[in-house]
Amino acid sequence: MDKLLDVENVSISFIQYTQGLNQRDLKVITDLTLDISEGEILAVLGSSGSGKSLLAHAIFGILPENANLNGKISYKGKELSQEDKEEIRGKDIVLVPQSVNFLDPLMKISDQAIGHTDSDEERKAKKAKQREIFEHYNLGPEVDEMYPFQLSGGMARRVLVSTALLSNPKLVVADEPTPGLDEKTVQETLNHFKHMKEDGIGVLLITHDIHAALEVADRIGIFYSGYVIEIALKEDFTGDGENLLHPYTKALYKALPANGFNLTKGHQPLHGEIPNGCPYYDRCEMRFDRCKDERPELLDLGNKKVRCFKYEEGA
Amino acid sequence: MLKNEKLLKFLGKKIVRFIILLIFVILLSFILIDMSPINPVKTYIANLGVVSPEKIAILESYWGVNEPITTKMFNWLANIIHLDFGTSLIYRAPVLDVIKQKFVASLVLMLSSWIFSGVIGFLLGVVAGFKKDTIIDKAIKVYCYILQSAPTFWIALLFLMVFSVYLGWFPTGLGVPVGTLSENVSFWDWLQRLILPMITLSVVGIASITLFTRDKLIDVMNSDYFLFAKARGESGWNLIVRHGIRNVLLPAITLQFLGFSELFGGAVLVEQIFTYPGIGQAAVSAGLRSDVPLLLGIVIFSAIFVYCGNLIADVLYNFVDPRIREGEEDGG
Repeated sequence: MDKLLDVENVSISFIQYTQGLNQRDLKVITDLTLDISEGEILAVLGSSGSGKSLLAHAIFGILPENANLNGKISYKGKELSQEDKEEIRGKDIVLVPQSVNFLDPLMKISDQAIGHTDSDEERKAKKAKQREIFEHYNLGPEVDEMYPFQLSGGMARRVLVSTALLSNPKLVVADEPTPGLDEKTVQETLNHFKHMKEDGIGVLLITHDIHAALEVADRIGIFYSGYVIEIALKEDFTGDGENLLHPYTKALYKALPANGFNLTKGHQPLHGEIPNGCPYYDRCEMRFDRCKDERPELLDLGNKKVRCFKYEEGA
Repeated sequence: MLKNEKLLKFLGKKIVRFIILLIFVILLSFILIDMSPINPVKTYIANLGVVSPEKIAILESYWGVNEPITTKMFNWLANIIHLDFGTSLIYRAPVLDVIKQKFVASLVLMLSSWIFSGVIGFLLGVVAGFKKDTIIDKAIKVYCYILQSAPTFWIALLFLMVFSVYLGWFPTGLGVPVGTLSENVSFWDWLQRLILPMITLSVVGIASITLFTRDKLIDVMNSDYFLFAKARGESGWNLIVRHGIRNVLLPAITLQFLGFSELFGGAVLVEQIFTYPGIGQAAVSAGLRSDVPLLLGIVIFSAIFVYCGNLIADVLYNFVDPRIREGEEDGG
C-alpha cells in the first residue's frame, strides 16, 4: 500500500506576549512524526487541549497567522508548500470537523456541501453527486434545505462525513469526531470510517477517545506534551500491555477501568514548562540519568516507533 | 401561520412600548420647556416695539402662558388627538404643514446620505477586513478613526470652506437660490444645494459602519465555519462573498438602522451650517425663537422617526435571520 501522508518532525509554535512587550515562542507541538497509507486508519491519541487539532490545521494550511510551522508535511512523497495545500485541500485531502459549528449558520446544507461552482452544469452535476452521497448516509432531500441549527447531533455528524466524501478524497482527516455524541451515534460514525478504509481511503483520526481509537484504528500514535512518544499497533493494546513500548503508553493502558484503573502520579507538563530532557522524565518508572537532560529521538522499529532511550540499540 | 402570529405579537408589543415612549417624551418636553426661559410673548412683542403691560397680559392669557403645566399639557394633548398641532409662531402656518414641508427636505438629505454611507461604509469595511493588516486596511482605518473623532459641525465647516468658498463648486447654503420664486427653482438648483450637506453627512456616517463591518468580517474570518470552508477548498473573494458577506450583512444593516438617531443629530448640525431648510434647522429656530408648538411637534415627529429606525432594526434582527426565524417560538 502506498504511503499517503508523511508528517516529519513537525513543530508548531505561537508568539506570545508575556509581560509588557516581552515575547516568547510558545511551542504547542514540539515534535510530531507520523505517516498514513492508503486504506489505513491512524489514530492520534492525546488529551484534550493538547494541541492535536493544530495538526489537522497544519495539514490543511489553515493555521492562524501568528502560528509558526516547522518540519515537513508530504503528500504522496511530495513536500507540501502552502500553495500546494491550498490546491489539494477539499479535493484529495478533506477534513471532517468537530461539530456543527463548522458549518455556516446562514447557509443551507446543500449549498455548503456543494461549495462554489462556476457554471450551472457544474452545479447540477455536483448537486446530483451530493444527493447521492447524502442518500447513502440516510439523509433525505429535506436535509438539503435545512440550516445547520436544525440538524440533530447524529444528522450533523452524517452531514459532515458525507460533505467530506463529495470530492472522492484519498485522505480524510477527522478532528475529534466523537465527543458529545451518544453511544449509537459514536458507533455509527466509527462505522463510516471503517467503510472509508474499505474503500481504500486513508483516515487520520485525531481524538482523545481511547475506546474509539482502539476500535477502528490500525495504528495509534500517542501524543504527549507536544511530542509523539510512540506509534503502536492496535494489537499491542491487549493483555497486560506487555507489547506496548513507552512507559507512558503502558501507564495509560493500565489506567483504563478494564485494566486495573492504575493512576500514575503527576500530570503532563503544560506548554512552556516542558523540561529539557524527556517530557515524561518526572513520571517515568524506568528512567535513566541521561533522560533528565537529553531528549530522546523517535526510534523507528519497523512498523512501530517509540521515543525512549530504553529501546536504543545497546541500551 | 405561526410566523405571522409571532410577527403580530411582536409588533403589538412594540406599539405598546412606543406609546409609553411617546408619553415620556411629551412629559419631559413639557417639563423642560416650562423650566426654560422660553417665552413666546416676549419673542412676539420683541418685533412690535413698545407694548403696554395690558396688551402683554392679554397676549399671555391668549397663549395661556400663566396656566399650570398640567392644563397646558392636557389642552395640547386634546388638540393633538384631532391632529391639530397648533400654529407655528415663526412661520405663521399650521405646525403640521411646516413639519411636512421641512421633513420632506430633511428626509431627502438624510436618506440619501444614509444609503450612501451605508453602501460605501459596508464596502470599505469588507475590503479592509479582507485585506487585513495591509496598507489598504491601514489607510481605511486611519480615515475612519479621524472621522470618528472629528465633530460633525467641524467637518461641515471644513467642507464649506474648501468646496464652496475656495473652490466655488457649490453654493454656500440655502435650499434654493435667494430671490427666485419657488416655481422657477430648477431641479439642478436644488440638487446643487443638497450635494454638499449630503456628502458631509455621509462622510461622517461611514466611519462607524466601516469599522463595524471590518471587525465583524474579521470575526467571521476567524470562525470555525470559515476555516472549514477554506479546508473544503473555497478561497479568495468567492469565500468572502459566500460566507463572509452573508454573515456580516444583516448585523451591518441592523446597525445602520440603529444609526437613525445619530443621523438625525448630524442632520441638525449640518443643516444649520449649510442653512439647508430642513427639520433640523427648523428645530433650532423654533428653540431659539420660542416657537413652542413647532418645537413640540418636531420633538414628536423626531421621536417617531428614530423609533421607526430602531423598529426596523429589531424586525430585521428577529425575523430575517433564519436561526431566529425558523427557530424557537420565543423571540422575546
